[in-house]
Amino acid sequence: MDKETTSSTANPESRKLDSAKVRQAHVSGWILLGLAVLAAVVFGAGSEGIATFRLSRPTDPWALPNLSIPAASTNYLIAALLAFLGVRQFLRGNVRWTSLSLGSGLLLAVIAFLVWATAGKGFSLTGMLQATVVGAVPIALGGLAGVLSERVAVVNIAIEGMLLAGAFTGALVGSLLGGVGGLVAAVTVGGLFGFILAALVVTYRADQIIAGVVINLFVLGVTSYVSSQVYSEYRFLNNAPVFAPIRIPVLADLPVIGPVLFQHNLFVYGAIIMVAMATYYLFHTRLGLRARAVGEHPRAADTLGINVYRTRYINVTMAGMVAGFGGAWLTLGSVGRFDENMTNGIGYIGLAAMIFGRWHPVGALMAALIFGFANSLQQKLALLNTPIPSEFLAMAPYIATIVLVAGVVGRARAPAADGQAYVKE
Amino acid sequence: MNNAQESTVGLSEALLRRAAPSRAALEDLVVVPIFAVVVALVLGAAAMLATNVDLATVGRSYVALLNGSVGSVNAISETLTAAVPLTLAGLGIALGFRAGMFNIGAEGQLLIGGMAAVIAGFSFAGLPAIVHVPLVLLAGALAGGLYAAIAGWLRAATGAHEVISTIMLNLISYRLVDYLLRLDFIQREGRSDPISQSVLESAELPRLLIWLDPNLRLHAGVFLMIAAVIVINWLLFKTRLGFEFRASGENPDAARYAGMKAGLIIVLAMGLAGALAGLAGANQVSGVLGRASPGFSAGIGFDAIAVALLGRSHPWGVLLAGLLFGALEAGGRQMQVEAGVSIDLIGIIQALIIVFIAAPLLVRTLFPWGFRKAERAEREE
Repeated sequence: MDKETTSSTANPESRKLDSAKVRQAHVSGWILLGLAVLAAVVFGAGSEGIATFRLSRPTDPWALPNLSIPAASTNYLIAALLAFLGVRQFLRGNVRWTSLSLGSGLLLAVIAFLVWATAGKGFSLTGMLQATVVGAVPIALGGLAGVLSERVAVVNIAIEGMLLAGAFTGALVGSLLGGVGGLVAAVTVGGLFGFILAALVVTYRADQIIAGVVINLFVLGVTSYVSSQVYSEYRFLNNAPVFAPIRIPVLADLPVIGPVLFQHNLFVYGAIIMVAMATYYLFHTRLGLRARAVGEHPRAADTLGINVYRTRYINVTMAGMVAGFGGAWLTLGSVGRFDENMTNGIGYIGLAAMIFGRWHPVGALMAALIFGFANSLQQKLALLNTPIPSEFLAMAPYIATIVLVAGVVGRARAPAADGQAYVKE
Repeated sequence: MNNAQESTVGLSEALLRRAAPSRAALEDLVVVPIFAVVVALVLGAAAMLATNVDLATVGRSYVALLNGSVGSVNAISETLTAAVPLTLAGLGIALGFRAGMFNIGAEGQLLIGGMAAVIAGFSFAGLPAIVHVPLVLLAGALAGGLYAAIAGWLRAATGAHEVISTIMLNLISYRLVDYLLRLDFIQREGRSDPISQSVLESAELPRLLIWLDPNLRLHAGVFLMIAAVIVINWLLFKTRLGFEFRASGENPDAARYAGMKAGLIIVLAMGLAGALAGLAGANQVSGVLGRASPGFSAGIGFDAIAVALLGRSHPWGVLLAGLLFGALEAGGRQMQVEAGVSIDLIGIIQALIIVFIAAPLLVRTLFPWGFRKAERAEREE
């Protein structure tokens, strides 16, 4: 930090940026070299035989043969690739490839790990990818809710509560009126909490983080209270139908891609469509430009005649609706019943996905897929009996997130006015 | 340099405002909380009525709530016992807020601190209690502090957002605790589920009131809580380091231009916050539970966020908020037993209290007659 202050006297910004980037490149280089050693010594030398990845079920219309690869030599190859990527980081002029190198390096390391774990056994790759997509849904929707509200400079810690409210309402109304009714109610209640958050922070100028924490506490309190006070007596109130998968004709029959992307229920398609719509809205429409202006510089936006308060109300309410939809997935999309605190931190992971994805809907979706992948990897690997304790496998995605956030995303920039109340003059 | 001067002026103005609160601020501090508690209780009653609880039971539950929190020696003992970890962890989070850091990781720091304390607590047989207990507390504080310092270091060195890294460290800590509890030298003999050995008698925080009734759980951790409040208050408002914390929190740029070492301050603030959370964990295993099992943190780390917010990140405020939350928890248990109303109602009441305190404008809108003076004061400003 001392260095920064001294160097900031002359040409401050660019030099600071340069040295930071070079340092980041070197840190990534060391990480990649470490991964190379890991891939060679542990995964390469430690694997024997053939790793078999199952791509299709025998019943699929177009079944693919299993993918069988020699484990040890594949991993030595990967180690060599990782070493190459790592060494490149220390050469001049490669600074701008840092993110890509580190990202692909981690991917390669994961592949090496999978090959090592599967060596001599069989493993359903398609099944794991399918679970990845499913697991990513609530995280992606939570992240998207975060993006929508933080783009208008309202910090949304309340994602967790909105998801939980959606899950609860979905189960309750779904039990009474059926799936569609439950979904509509979940989205409405999610939107209601978005509106409450907006009212608290915009009109009543409560601290945004406090308001978010309060909504989380409140929703957790109400839903837990009702489920322990009421559901024990009236079980029929917590028995909702689950949306059936919709097979997209033709596409669903494609090998690998079909089961992974085109045999899901409405929530998966909904999440993808919402991410696309949000991207279009935020970056390609006049309204989206206005919303972002409110997030970056509300006073300037106000001067240009944009209604800052109304923009924040609308976007935060939309964010709540998205989170309500995501929450409904937990009940109407998977198990059909509500359990106390069933979100269990998914909202916070969504928040991380949002920051990880640099406040961009597609970025948040990608980050959510990484979390989903790590989750399903851990579940499926439990079947393979690796010598690594399952707890460490379960930790791996979170450690990887920290590494990625520290090494790649680094000083990701939040919307400039994020977290600040705006008082119209 | 002009810019830097302006920022410094802005900073001192902000500090001045804090030092001499206006009349409106004072009313926010006193009148609003009273309204908040009353309205929260009324709305809590409404929630009970809405879920088919009859009026007599509503009355009985609030009587039980009062009795269970302050109505007897046992109730007060339970209230204090519940308040200790909440206040300790809340102080840590408040310290983070003051230094401009949002530490969501108290839960993980509490777990890691508690684990270190348990290990120190069942090892070292033969130590006298006067050495063993401080050793256990120190182990907890050190482990929690180091664990939190990771997030601080990441923020200082790479700019990684502490909200992400502390969330991730929480998630990592759950798995780490699961793993540790199954290790041979930690797991209780003859058990297959993840549960640790019990801490030795010499490592237990002494119970204070067993001469009255052997069931009273109040332990020496309550002195620890008061000492921590005094020390943190002194640190924040009477020392150079505390000034640097607050200055970096109020205006990081101005603090940096004034020559403060931003990176070091971040790491220290996070480390201290984690140490307090770790102390809360040590306090739980050595004062209340006597062992560790998965989820022994019981959400204290998250409730502590609410405690810190409610206490306005002021050490004495945090103490009051911790006591209030402790009372609600102890009373809530009694309410559940006597009136059959789920303790989850307490969660609703807690949330409502915070919302009204966090948004004084909302209370002013709902109850305009209580605040005529305040409004005039605001107009004069």
